[in-house]
Amino acid sequence: MNHILIAKVVIAGFAGCTLASAGAAEQVVKPSQAEIVMKASFKDRGQAKLDRLEQDETQRLCSQYPEKRPADVAKKIEAINMKLMKYPADGKLMGDWKEGEKIAQSGVGKQFSDNPANPSGGNCYACHQLTKEEISFGNIGPSLYNFGKLRGYTDAMQKYAYGKIYNAEAYSACTNMPRFGHNGILTEQQMRHVTALLMDPNSPVNK
Amino acid sequence: MNKISQAAFAAALVMASLTGALVATSSSAQSSGDAAVKEIEKYRQALGDGNPAELWEARGEDLWKQKRGPNKVSFEQCDIGLGPGKVKGAYAVLPKYFEDTDKVEDLESRLVTCMVMLQGYTYQQAKKGPFGSPEHKSDIEALVAYVTAESRGLKMNVAGNHPKEKEAFEIGKKMFFHRGGPHDFGCVTCHGADNTRIRLQDLPNLTRKEAAQRAYTSWPAYRVSQGELRSFQWRLNDCFRQQRFPELEFTSQGSIALTMYLAKNATGGVLTAPSIKR
Repeated sequence: MNHILIAKVVIAGFAGCTLASAGAAEQVVKPSQAEIVMKASFKDRGQAKLDRLEQDETQRLCSQYPEKRPADVAKKIEAINMKLMKYPADGKLMGDWKEGEKIAQSGVGKQFSDNPANPSGGNCYACHQLTKEEISFGNIGPSLYNFGKLRGYTDAMQKYAYGKIYNAEAYSACTNMPRFGHNGILTEQQMRHVTALLMDPNSPVNK
Repeated sequence: MNKISQAAFAAALVMASLTGALVATSSSAQSSGDAAVKEIEKYRQALGDGNPAELWEARGEDLWKQKRGPNKVSFEQCDIGLGPGKVKGAYAVLPKYFEDTDKVEDLESRLVTCMVMLQGYTYQQAKKGPFGSPEHKSDIEALVAYVTAESRGLKMNVAGNHPKEKEAFEIGKKMFFHRGGPHDFGCVTCHGADNTRIRLQDLPNLTRKEAAQRAYTSWPAYRVSQGELRSFQWRLNDCFRQQRFPELEFTSQGSIALTMYLAKNATGGVLTAPSIKR
């Protein structure tokens, strides 16, 4: 009896391993071993301390399932992050698109070579097309050109845009987009400016 | 020295005029984006005509043959993968397991090992200032240039069969997919999909064989924008800086493990390094 039970547990364990494996290669190393090596291989520098190697549940799950992930895992990640969503207390989501454009252009911030006293940028152009004028844009994220014009200048869309900037994981599990509000990269005021860049009818994004 | 600054200046001019040309064209954002990518490709080809990496290669060869350190011996008895003193083809089999240290080592860590075990330096001395700057020339980067140039045209052929090599590969793989820090970035964020760019910089998909081969075999490289020859250890260090991680320690176990993962994935790729990049 005991033997059968143990066999079942072992099989269940294996099934878990198979699910967890990212690619074709077998999982020889337990996550903890790689983590121990990582911790011993980095050192604090400037504002970037070793605690940045530690993962929250979202980071852990997205590392575990880098390409495809079961639907329940994706749902769980989105739910965890939606719970943590915070909107400005005064309900004002729109700032100045001109300030938003500056934030979208700037890639400064959070690197060990950056001065933490300076505000971070959003570096939106690294991954997105935004305006016609800026032709040096990346394509890891979708084009956001005409973002408001195409979707309508509604309050609901403003809220969606702000929410996406604050914590994109709440809408799209394991997105490449940083959680600018949740992780304290941008301030509330900066996120309002970027929301305006996307949603103000006068913004070059919507021209 | 004059040669280098001239080359760097000329390249800067090309870049400046190119940027001007790019800004001037703006029919539609998407098509001018494609045109810009094509222009940059032309710029890269133009750069390939004269590669200042040669200067690092020559200095590296001198350093290799000089009697150095407290023991006053050269690197000529140093085993970097194919036996003592064998340089040609050695870079193509790295990283690999070495019995004398009981470790998997990459080229840079192996150079450090020889500086300590053969030449009598301390580890601290051997690892000091591994990345060059205008004020400080890096001996390691010069040696790296010499050794890798001796494998130009050969195919990457990392064995990876030893248990410690397999372990390094698996740890490196975990590191590649490890997302963390304030931006939730991992190597995979920029190097896990086809045909992606940051701004106008193309990004190789390192999870695909052909792209992984092309990318890995082009390092080390002379970086025009920095006027320096950069080793693979530098490449990883600067990637993690942009990933907003703490600093990857030079020749750390993790750095070698990640190199193992990337080098093994590049098996069969023809080494073009030291190459020249923007």
